[in-house]
Amino acid sequence: MKNKSLVSITDYSRDEYLKILDLAAEFEKNPNQEILKGKLIATLFFEPSTRTRLSFESAVNRLGGRVVGFSDASSSSVTKGETLKDTIKMVTNYVDLIVMRHPLEGAARYASEVASVPVVNAGDGANQHPSQTLLDLYSIRKTQGKLEDLNIFMIGDLKYGRTVHSLLMAMSHFNPTFYFISPDELKMPKEYLMFLEQRGIKYYEYKDFMPIISQADIVYMTRVQKERFSDPIEYEKTKNAYILRNSMLDNTRPNMKILHPLPRVNEIAADVDENPKAYYFTQALNGLYVRQAIISSILGLK
Amino acid sequence: MKDKQLIVSAIKNGTVIDHIPARNLFKVISILSLERIDTQITFGTNLDSKRFGSKAIIKIADKYFLDEEVNKIALVAPQAKLNIIRDYEVIEKRDVEVPDSITGIVKCVNPKCITNNEEVIAKFSVIQSDDIALKCIYCEKITHQDQMTII
Ligand SMILES: [Zn+2]
Repeated sequence: MKNKSLVSITDYSRDEYLKILDLAAEFEKNPNQEILKGKLIATLFFEPSTRTRLSFESAVNRLGGRVVGFSDASSSSVTKGETLKDTIKMVTNYVDLIVMRHPLEGAARYASEVASVPVVNAGDGANQHPSQTLLDLYSIRKTQGKLEDLNIFMIGDLKYGRTVHSLLMAMSHFNPTFYFISPDELKMPKEYLMFLEQRGIKYYEYKDFMPIISQADIVYMTRVQKERFSDPIEYEKTKNAYILRNSMLDNTRPNMKILHPLPRVNEIAADVDENPKAYYFTQALNGLYVRQAIISSILGLK
Repeated sequence: MKDKQLIVSAIKNGTVIDHIPARNLFKVISILSLERIDTQITFGTNLDSKRFGSKAIIKIADKYFLDEEVNKIALVAPQAKLNIIRDYEVIEKRDVEVPDSITGIVKCVNPKCITNNEEVIAKFSVIQSDDIALKCIYCEKITHQDQMTII
């Protein structure tokens, strides 16, 4: 993985995922090491995302590296009409690695072609956010003790949710069974279902999760946003069907864990937070170790 | 009159591209950059065709195309046939083949794609070649044949 940009989750193989996860487990035991001493990392956030930026910057700082960059395009030369290419060409002279988030899809792939240093995509529009996917994998493996042969429930907006699409692609290496639960308007797109069929991976589609939730090993919740519905009445009718409440967890498997990419709005009721099956806050913390693993393996330090 | 007709209908050396769907003639001309060729070019369009109802044909004198040049027209004329002419004889017939990748030519269907917002040349991998589907290497969205805009 040395010097290899991480733009899309499909850039890495199954073995490379596992290597990152093993490394992240090492960092979890010992997150403060001086292995990035003398390294300078750029965090270029052409659109703001405090959560992701803090996670990357904490990852670098805890390993003794330094960070330069910007947290919002309006505070940088980008607003003066500089092209992405020129910004990347300038930054690439100064740093050892670029972490970037950009509102346009494909921006990170393009930056990786232009840059002379590796690029880690921290989100390009609705397209890819591979470090999120790797931290999801890490969280699944950590809570289940394995990645293979699990029942993965994806609930909510499966049409626009990039996190569920990337997780589907990544998990496809580990023989999962998928349960897709969504309103009709927000079903998993056909191209992903075709991908699963080609790989011989089982999936089921439902509108309601209550009758089947006892089968779940992982419940991956996503936000159902009002603006995704063409008909506001449909939204009003369906919105409460995709809210997870503590009382619904009574008959679930003991190993079952609830994941969510955060931030949540109301799709997980607050009374779930205290349930030991709620894992989303720890999941976010895992992002730190996974990002430490990604950066140090790309820089060839681990 | 007879001589005049001969000039239009036959070339001594060069390439004849036949079975172009008439509606895509000008797209083929633009993909092959024929406007920049200074040898004699003749074309006919709205000719009867059993296959498409109406077809177009282009004859380019003293010009032979590389496979990778000519395969680009597969996007708009997948059934086109090339006749390679030397000394008024057809010495070779060639089909066009849909290439594995496409650079330029087509606009990515995704308005939020970097290629539609900055000066970045669109690049695609061809993921389906019968009913053509192109996957943008940047935004990873798929552009289907019926959504294709040729640039
Ligand atoms: Zn695109």
